[in-house]
Amino acid sequence: MIPAQFEYLAPTTVEEALSALAQHGDDAKIMAGGQSLLPVMRMRLNAPDYVIDLGGIDSLRGIREEGDTIVVGAMTRHVDVGNDPLLAEHAALISRAVVHLADPQVRHRGTFGGALAHADPAGDLGGPALALGAQFVVTGPGGSRTVAADDFFEDLFTTAVGDDEILTEVRIPKHTGWGAHYEKFVRVAHQWSIVAVGATVRMDGGTIAEARIGLTNMGSTPLRARAVEDALVGQPATEDAVGEAAQSAAEGTNPPSDLNGDADYRRHLATVLTRRAVLAAAQP
Amino acid sequence: MTRIEMTVDGARVSDDVEPRMLLVHYLREKLGKTGTLVGCDTSNCGACTVHLDGHSVKSCNVLAVQAAGHEVTTIEGLAQGGDLHPVQEAFHDCHALQCGYCTPGMIMQSVDLLNDNPHPTEEEVRLGLEGNLCRCTGYHNIVKAVLQAAGGASS
Ligand SMILES: Cc1cc2nc3c(=O)[nH]c(=O)nc-3n(C[C@H](O)[C@H](O)[C@H](O)COP(=O)(O)OP(=O)(O)OC[C@H]3O[C@@H](n4cnc5c(N)ncnc54)[C@H](O)[C@@H]3O)c2cc1C
Ligand code: FES
Ligand code: FES
Repeated sequence: MIPAQFEYLAPTTVEEALSALAQHGDDAKIMAGGQSLLPVMRMRLNAPDYVIDLGGIDSLRGIREEGDTIVVGAMTRHVDVGNDPLLAEHAALISRAVVHLADPQVRHRGTFGGALAHADPAGDLGGPALALGAQFVVTGPGGSRTVAADDFFEDLFTTAVGDDEILTEVRIPKHTGWGAHYEKFVRVAHQWSIVAVGATVRMDGGTIAEARIGLTNMGSTPLRARAVEDALVGQPATEDAVGEAAQSAAEGTNPPSDLNGDADYRRHLATVLTRRAVLAAAQP
Repeated sequence: MTRIEMTVDGARVSDDVEPRMLLVHYLREKLGKTGTLVGCDTSNCGACTVHLDGHSVKSCNVLAVQAAGHEVTTIEGLAQGGDLHPVQEAFHDCHALQCGYCTPGMIMQSVDLLNDNPHPTEEEVRLGLEGNLCRCTGYHNIVKAVLQAAGGASS
């Protein structure tokens, strides 16, 4: 199918995009890479009267270093996120996760901000962004505000970005020297995660000094496995110690039941994948 | 209607299109480039893969207006002066197709893969083609063809 008719707007600045959004309100939809939006429009699950394409706004693209933070522009494509040396050095969990997202063609179009704003609970970037304590910069008619990762994801496909706002950049605190691994469980190629676990750890010799763990598709939003994070501190990176700590990975989660597995199966998967992800992240 | 101009397989084209027109429909229906196929409604199959500014995309998941001002290469633009592209040649040699429906997309994605990684391992080829579905071959000869085009498997 093809999308219903709409008017196409191609602003070249954030201000122009915001004023188009203000003017057309509920009848308008922002388009980033279009990789989630166009399929939805083709199935006529959404039929906006206006599509505001952010693709022509150069200032929203690119990755830069600002002191203790790596700043990723919302329109930076997945392929550029995956190849970026700053992220590889200072926020390796993002680099490890993004290469498991979709397929090469989709990664050539889809964007970092688009995926996070879309907030699919099975999306591969939310858990890692949450684990790293990312800050989301959201810009509206009154200027910009910053939303902490813990407050950004509100529900299924729902974030703190208001109807008249645009996600403009994501600020990721540096985790230099932390090991990282993203363990994604799927049945077939380029599937969305049944469950995935992103882990990043700071080692001190053979001991885990700090750990951050983000869970994908274990509830209506990405979640932190805080009980595991706490239990890992001071533990050796051995199969037994990490396996023991990982037992509480599903604590406080509310995973879905669907054709790929029921909630109990996902809770079990979370413990197994957490053990694997932490052990891999702890490898020197 | 929106006026668009772009380069397709080396030629400048311009047209008035509805913004909702997908790039794949523009290529097939306006330009007659029916070498690029549509295999699904969900952006999963990869049959419609073309290159946009040198990188593979699913042309069913890009609007024609988004390609305005850019350069598109389809399967029909791959052969040069009557000579098949080495990847086309390898698909032929290795019998990397049965019905052939997935082939244009497979070849375009394989070319992209080899541009990024000229000497992939078998595993890297399989991962690099994960966005392209084939219902006939079981993928085996496709992977073989890509490795042959790369000058043999790297370990
Ligand atoms: C075949 C296929 C497989 C996929 N597999 C996966 C997968 O395994 N894992 C995964 O994580 N993702 C997957 N995706 C989705 C992919 O990650 C998309 O790139 C992403 O979800 C949306 O990014 P986009 O830039 O294309 O956004 P768009 O599709 O353009 O937009 C998505 C939504 O976010 C809104 N939006 C976009 N940008 C902004 C912004 N800056 N501010 C406010 N709102 C905004 C839009 O209005 C829209 O509602 C897949 C997609 C396809 C087609
Ligand atoms: S037709 Fe484009 S991915 Fe199937
Ligand atoms: S050869 Fe028939 S789908 Fe691939």
